[in-house]
Amino acid sequence: MNDAAVRNEELRRRLLLAAAGAASGLALSGPRRALAAAVGSTAELGLAELPDGALAGQHLYALPGKLPLIKKTYRPPNFETPIEYLRTPITRNDAFFVRWHLAGMPHVNVKDWVLTVAGESAERERKLTMAQLRKEFRHDEITAVCLCSGNRRGLFEPHVPGVEWGVGAMGNAVWKGVRLKDVLATVGIKGDALEVVFDGADEPVIDKTPDFVKSLPLEIAMDKNTLIAFEMNGKPLPQLNGFPARLVVPGWTGTYWVKALVGIKVVSKPEGNFWMSTAYRLPRGKFKTPSFTSQVKEANEPITTMVVNSLITSLSSGQKVALGKPIVVKGLAWDGGSGIAKVEVSTDAGASWQEASLGRELGRFSFREFALSVPATQVGTRLVMARATSRAGETQVEQLIHNPAGYHHNVIQRIPVEVV
Amino acid sequence: MTGRMRLAARSTIGVLVCTLAGGTLSQESRVQLADGPGKDKASQCVACHSLDYIQMNAHFLDKAGWTASINKMINAFGAPIPREDVDAIATYLAERYGKSGSK
Repeated sequence: MNDAAVRNEELRRRLLLAAAGAASGLALSGPRRALAAAVGSTAELGLAELPDGALAGQHLYALPGKLPLIKKTYRPPNFETPIEYLRTPITRNDAFFVRWHLAGMPHVNVKDWVLTVAGESAERERKLTMAQLRKEFRHDEITAVCLCSGNRRGLFEPHVPGVEWGVGAMGNAVWKGVRLKDVLATVGIKGDALEVVFDGADEPVIDKTPDFVKSLPLEIAMDKNTLIAFEMNGKPLPQLNGFPARLVVPGWTGTYWVKALVGIKVVSKPEGNFWMSTAYRLPRGKFKTPSFTSQVKEANEPITTMVVNSLITSLSSGQKVALGKPIVVKGLAWDGGSGIAKVEVSTDAGASWQEASLGRELGRFSFREFALSVPATQVGTRLVMARATSRAGETQVEQLIHNPAGYHHNVIQRIPVEVV
Repeated sequence: MTGRMRLAARSTIGVLVCTLAGGTLSQESRVQLADGPGKDKASQCVACHSLDYIQMNAHFLDKAGWTASINKMINAFGAPIPREDVDAIATYLAERYGKSGSK
């Protein structure tokens, strides 16, 4: 074996030992089992565990119009989708995660709603009612994953402060609306246009808090897939998911999917507010995602598209499988818009990999189901892993790429199951 | 939303602070900070967000980490926390919600 192979072998040996320890702990110790089964535990899923305060403080709670979701914070409301609703490629509206930055929550009456489209790089200003928006523009729909940039932040080691999300700050829906480019065309784009800026109806509690405003590069705003959506899975958007209209930016992380959209501005200079210039940034050079070039600074740049990732939804840590029965490995895979090329599954801590079968293609921005059954032929601990590869050739990582704000966690899960 | 747009929207859309149903607010009121010196000063945080933000970020920050978080609230988010309270709040948070052994 060469050095790399020896290191891999050593890593696998240690992982198996750790897994066996974890599994036997679960089997033998009552209190530890109770702790490990806490709502939204990520150790249960073969990932690093949330901070203990986060784990202790979260529980299931039903917001108006929602099923009981995992409460991270009440105000502003940040609620995560439990894994049982991530076992289908489309996420139901009433289970879809909730994420707001500011406690001044909008409550929009659609009859009064007006979308203002303007800006120094627009030829003219327009104010659109919902009736105009629906009537004047061609409708389009797209199936796309909405994933909070900070999804899995709670799994960072060392931990980083913020909303300590587990795996469920994501969902996939069929979004229906109008193309942003068609709306922009009616105000006329000047030659000096650089970015398009989006403002929602949410507000800070105090005037000094920066309002939540985001921008996109002009070419992404003009992409045919970028929508102003007013329907989600065939129904109006829930209030908590951006009623009556939100931006849908397929492939890009949720921070750009501005909810309760009320203002669009075409501008010639980089948007400089806190949420663009300071928040939602990655150190330069750590990830291969595309650059938002007008916003790049010396040390950092905005997060843009999602990294390739997967979630095993059929197994939990320490789960027992009877000898001779199959270990059923099922889950979801996604990336930033190239689509999923393959998902490989290992049940021997990464020593060998088998390609899982993929579910129906719902578009390159959608969740893609995967499934593989492996016979449990020997008693003992099996360490189950899944590794997605995108059509762009990107693969999930073995080791976390740490970054200060806790983005892009796509570490391969390692779920110990017990064959008994 | 900002400036002129916000003023316009206030009259037409009816943006309300805390429009979540009363049930959620009563749930939030169950979130209590741990007793200890500095708790009263730390309670200022509730003006802008529920106090579960604090528990959620326990127990991995030391006093320097909590100080950085408080300063972010003041400098980036404009929290009206008097500068002279920062040390007392950071001490309290490190004590009650900090990394063990890092007080």
